[in-house]
Amino acid sequence: MDAISVTALSKRYGETLAVDGIDFAAAAGSTIGLLGGNGAGKTTTIAMLLGLLIPTTGRIAVLGHDMATDRFAALARMNFSSPYVALPHRLSVAENLRVYGHLYNVRHTERRIADLADQLDLHGLLDRPAGDLSAGQKTRVALAKSLINRPDVLLLDEPTASLDPDTGDMVRSWLERYRAESGCTILLASHNMAEVERLCDQVLMMKKGRIVDRGSPSDLLTRYDRDDLEAVFLDIARDRRRGDDA
Amino acid sequence: MTAALRRIWGLMYRHLALYRRSWPRLLELAYWPTLQMCIWGFTASFFAGRTGSAGIVTLGMLLGGVLLWEVALRSQMGVAISFLEEIWSRNLGHVFVSPLRPWELVVALIAMSVIRMAAGVLPAVLLAWALYAFNLFAMGPVLILFAINLMIMGWWVSLGIVSLILRHGAGAEALAWSVLFGITPFAAVFYPVAVLPGFLQPIAYALPAAHVFEGMRAAIAGETILWGHLAAAAGLNLGWMAAAGLLFARQFRAARIRGALLSIGE
Repeated sequence: MDAISVTALSKRYGETLAVDGIDFAAAAGSTIGLLGGNGAGKTTTIAMLLGLLIPTTGRIAVLGHDMATDRFAALARMNFSSPYVALPHRLSVAENLRVYGHLYNVRHTERRIADLADQLDLHGLLDRPAGDLSAGQKTRVALAKSLINRPDVLLLDEPTASLDPDTGDMVRSWLERYRAESGCTILLASHNMAEVERLCDQVLMMKKGRIVDRGSPSDLLTRYDRDDLEAVFLDIARDRRRGDDA
Repeated sequence: MTAALRRIWGLMYRHLALYRRSWPRLLELAYWPTLQMCIWGFTASFFAGRTGSAGIVTLGMLLGGVLLWEVALRSQMGVAISFLEEIWSRNLGHVFVSPLRPWELVVALIAMSVIRMAAGVLPAVLLAWALYAFNLFAMGPVLILFAINLMIMGWWVSLGIVSLILRHGAGAEALAWSVLFGITPFAAVFYPVAVLPGFLQPIAYALPAAHVFEGMRAAIAGETILWGHLAAAAGLNLGWMAAAGLLFARQFRAARIRGALLSIGE
């Protein structure tokens, strides 16, 4: 069974078609990259996967649960991280993690917080207000929040935004290890092409609400005759024909 | 603890932790009720001194009105401001992608409003006793029924406000502070409904508060308990609460259709 199954999904806001009839599936344990320029429909797609947004048409199933009728069963086994959605600034990091430990009904919350602090190097931050942290520290804390319930499906929006190269690499290694150990399915929206190339099994290239191409990073590189995904991304964004030079 | 109770507690813990870390927020809870008590208490004491024993009863009615109306006001603000805290901290996205059900959110907000109301009103009750020898509890157990009805009224008003915030965004947040003040003239807090012009009286009687305050004045004057008014208040609360719950459910779904849950603070 696919961990995520999306069929004929679209979202219309008035005259604007933000997502236009997309289909995709993510096998359990895979990492899917969602790529596209601003306004391509990535955030709208993620919001629909999380149940924050009701699709205009189409169907989403996560871990076998229809998101239209049974989203809470799926949400208990999912989680989400985005630098654009904050955690309460005045609460300490530990308090924030405790809140989400309760919301996700995590057993042995304190032990889980200690484990995450070990793994993401948060021990020095636990008693500090979340609002006092640097951007990189906030990203690590947001990642810890997204892992508090050991999710089976993890949706990440720009997971290494604002991180220095060393910390970014640490987070990527950690995500790779977490996926290998837990069998978690990850859907990742990122503008960091090297990150997508490293982490993702499949890449969905979005433009104007549609999936305009898809495949493994190596397939896409071969198909577009490029050396890196950034060049592929630019080819698609600028409507260059495959294999054309700039 | 069941999963639902734990989720409710999780959201309550988020707000309690906030208060633990912010003494200005704690101070603000008691500031207005205490200030109101001082202003109205001294004013009423002045008039009571000039009008004799009838004035003493009037003093009691005014102070009782101030304190019980604060129960409704603080209950309403308790729900609305706790919801607004999630918007101000841009945390709604995380809350709504957790398994927290909308009804659990409402229960958590209501539970927080009870705590906020108690923290705000109890100091004013003590002040009324210390400064004016007015004992709110002298009304007897019926006071609990008055307070419960006013709390419920505060909750359905705030559910209506939260629904408007879901519909119109944070631009509607000023309503959290103003709506119940706007209802005050019709709630017959400080005067009987009969004082209102005839065409306004049906509006007053559509509000549970008017029935509660008619009952409160009778209790302070030592008359019999007006069970009819209490029953009317309870029935109206039931109807208004059901309507506000439906409105909230409808606006929550509409916000999910419009994508407002992510952009509500903008």
